[in-house]
Amino acid sequence: MTVNTDTLLGRLQRSSIAVLVLVAFPGALLAAEEIRVLNWQGYGTDEAWALEAFEAQTDISVVHDYFNSEQEMLTKLRTNPGTYDVVLINSAFTSVAAREGLIQALDLSRLNNAADLSPEMRDNAGLSHDGKTFGAAWVWGLTSFAVDTTDIDPVPDSIDALWDEAYAGRVGWRDDAVESVMLAAIATGQDINEPTDLDAIRDKLRALKPQIRTFWSSENEWNQFMSSNEFDIATYWSGSASRSKSQFKLPVEFVIPTEGAIGWLDGLSIATDAPHESAAYQFIDWMIDPAFYVQWDTDVGAPASANAKALEQLDETAFNRQILGDAEKLANVQFMGAMEDSQREAFLALWQGTKTYLQE
Amino acid sequence: MSDKADIQRRPVNRALPVLLGPAYLWLAVTVFLPLSAMVYFSFLSETPIGGREAVWTLSNYGEFFDKAFYRTLMWRSFRLGAEVTLLCFLFGFPCAYVLAKMVKGRWREALFLLVILPFWSNALVRIFSWTMVLRGNGVLERLVNVFLPDVGSLNLMFTYPAILIGLVHSYLPYMILTCYISIQAIDDDLIEAARSMGAGRFTVFRRILLPLALPGIMAGSILTFVPVIGSFMEPRLLGGRNGTFIGTVIEDQFTAVFNWPLGAALSFIMLGFVLIVLLLAAPMIRRAST
Repeated sequence: MTVNTDTLLGRLQRSSIAVLVLVAFPGALLAAEEIRVLNWQGYGTDEAWALEAFEAQTDISVVHDYFNSEQEMLTKLRTNPGTYDVVLINSAFTSVAAREGLIQALDLSRLNNAADLSPEMRDNAGLSHDGKTFGAAWVWGLTSFAVDTTDIDPVPDSIDALWDEAYAGRVGWRDDAVESVMLAAIATGQDINEPTDLDAIRDKLRALKPQIRTFWSSENEWNQFMSSNEFDIATYWSGSASRSKSQFKLPVEFVIPTEGAIGWLDGLSIATDAPHESAAYQFIDWMIDPAFYVQWDTDVGAPASANAKALEQLDETAFNRQILGDAEKLANVQFMGAMEDSQREAFLALWQGTKTYLQE
Repeated sequence: MSDKADIQRRPVNRALPVLLGPAYLWLAVTVFLPLSAMVYFSFLSETPIGGREAVWTLSNYGEFFDKAFYRTLMWRSFRLGAEVTLLCFLFGFPCAYVLAKMVKGRWREALFLLVILPFWSNALVRIFSWTMVLRGNGVLERLVNVFLPDVGSLNLMFTYPAILIGLVHSYLPYMILTCYISIQAIDDDLIEAARSMGAGRFTVFRRILLPLALPGIMAGSILTFVPVIGSFMEPRLLGGRNGTFIGTVIEDQFTAVFNWPLGAALSFIMLGFVLIVLLLAAPMIRRAST
């Protein structure tokens, strides 16, 4: 290997000039802003290449703080006012955060890319509160299930596959009350946001007893269980399925059942006392920009963008364009609405009772 | 005689606040304050963070008696605690005896190191390494199949025995260390005297070792039993579908929903049951400590 001394010298010179500038004008240091983003780990906003490009363009650096559950995210916002700038909030929680005054109403006209957002995502009821928008639609996806195509062929198209005797003891299920109740609601033909027949849902969930191998709780765990062949079929998220396929080379296929699937939408919001409000707007605009999204989905694997232009720029074979762009398949998808705490607690009690029954 | 005792007592009295003060202050701040906050929460209708309106209520405690599955889980958790404690005793006591009476010098140090070694690693890492051992086609299954090819799949992962294995591994050192201390204090002459008078090994164990080591056994049992009842990490990771216990249900109230009051109430109900069990065992504990 040869070292290019020219550029090395050049770099040395440049950096010593930079040091001199900083010593002479300490104000130059202050010009660079630092915003704090609260999100799931490894969920787009913390991609190193994206943050480098953003900083090069805007001189704003980004630091992250992570949460492991939506409740943890809300707790962090509640207990640390004035700390965070941008926060990722699922549309089922946006109105909760807005009602508690944790996030501020957004002025979408300050986002250049907002005009390209699909209207049904941008104006989704879950992202607004009191007639004002509190979350900029960012990405969306589906929750249903995925199968290991080496074990299951042909790929089933009904949600009842999870209850199929052929896969007894081979099903992976996410240990999550809301998701469990909603999947059972779809399987019993009910509205996921306002299920009326909870008894039918309980019976349907209890019928999983011979099916479930174990519960999973994170994408990473799902990949491990799939690759060590603990599951043949497991509940899953669409974005994660495309990552499992492209990054981990797992032979899995995501299924949108004919009965429907759970739709979810993640928005980016700005905390009420965000210390760097305008930088936060710039960051959100960057996150919904097609340039960022296309690279994220191509190199890493992402859920579907709420930006219609971004989806159009994907490769024609891309999962997010091919499958999630198919209006016919999406006809029965039910989007999660805002949910009251009391309902979430009722779902949890139902799920815990079921889990007690599932034990031997 | 009494004059001498007086003289000795005075400086000790003066030193008492200095010696005990920091420890009690630390306990007050780290244990008493958070615990009283949780007692307060357990009687509220809502978690009083983020401007929510909360009123006083007993409904969180009522919830436990309303829903049958909480009782089922409480019972299962206590059974788990009892089984893990018994297994820890069965494995730990002989080990402590060997350490205290049969090996000396460097060997004892080396064996001690092996006992304490698990303490030096993170609890989560220990459990994850168990998942590697127990899972289908994992380390244990391959090992067994080398010697007994007919056994086939053990299917240990995601079962109740898997939880037992993980928890016994986590808590065994407590039992060994507490038993070791009390066995070591037993005079060898007592054992030899019993032997010389014709007592068999089992009689020596039952009439001398067991009663004299009881303080250590009780201490080890309490140190194991109480935390195992509230354990949630081992059951969740090793138990799969069979891993729901009162500890995991309490954890859910804090992480899955924002229902700290119910989580706190369930914790205190669990604490109440633990105290009842300890009260029932009190005669034995008293006998052990005298």
